[in-house]
Amino acid sequence: MAKVIVYPPTSMILSDLVDRMGHKALVVPEAVRKLVTANEIDSPPLNVTPEEPKKGLRYAAVDVPSGVRGRMSLIGPIIEEAEAAIIVEDPGWLTGCAGCSRTNELVRLLIRTKGIPVLDLSYPTNDPEARAFVQKIKTFLEALK
Amino acid sequence: MPVTKYVITSPESNVLPSDIAMKIYGSKYDVTVKETCFGVVINGEEDVINALIKEIRALDPAGIFFKDRGFPPGDPRRCRGRRGGGARPGFYMIESESKMLPMISRALASEGGVSEIPEKKKPLAIKRLEEIIKEDLS
Repeated sequence: MAKVIVYPPTSMILSDLVDRMGHKALVVPEAVRKLVTANEIDSPPLNVTPEEPKKGLRYAAVDVPSGVRGRMSLIGPIIEEAEAAIIVEDPGWLTGCAGCSRTNELVRLLIRTKGIPVLDLSYPTNDPEARAFVQKIKTFLEALK
Repeated sequence: MPVTKYVITSPESNVLPSDIAMKIYGSKYDVTVKETCFGVVINGEEDVINALIKEIRALDPAGIFFKDRGFPPGDPRRCRGRRGGGARPGFYMIESESKMLPMISRALASEGGVSEIPEKKKPLAIKRLEEIIKEDLS
């Protein structure tokens, strides 16, 4: 079982397909869960403390907006943990924690420079493309075993 | 550690969110269930949820999808009843991907090989556009 990071990191389709094929999908909600359900909430309501942007300094410089560093404090450790990646380019709609374009550029760069196997795809728009999409993911994940 | 998952049904699936909720109510598992318009939210211990996922998926293997969620169901920090209405921030991503689910379900259900995909139309090359402009203006 390999740990596979998916991009967009909040994608339902990608994380479900990875889990379906017997691997572990690394997604942002898991990182969010650790913060918001911790026994000690230091900074209510979301428990995002000034420590988070500091953790993000590992991935982005101090002059980078704190929003990028805050997001990287969640996504950065996931990238470090990843053994493979599936990237869907230009989904056209990214919101919430995946809604920052500069963070997304940095996330894709860090994944690519990590040297792990990466599968690049685009979201399907019709049935033949959907079949190819699922087949490519299946072949890629089978090769990881 | 308790985990929370979304169970999302494809719009073309014959399984309704209420069917899934009833299945969970009738099961032996000690989990919290919240029914929504697109599926259900389940919360419980990780091993219990993993066992439950297998049973729910068996209802419609190609038409039911799962997604992790950070907040527990009904959490006042996310529940729209406490925030004065409006969609929960993460809903837009689910809504966008839900439109694609029927295609993905059909692809998962089909066992046949992948047929050749016709190439997408590419935009006109800039050089060719320049040539057309010059031809028309000369």
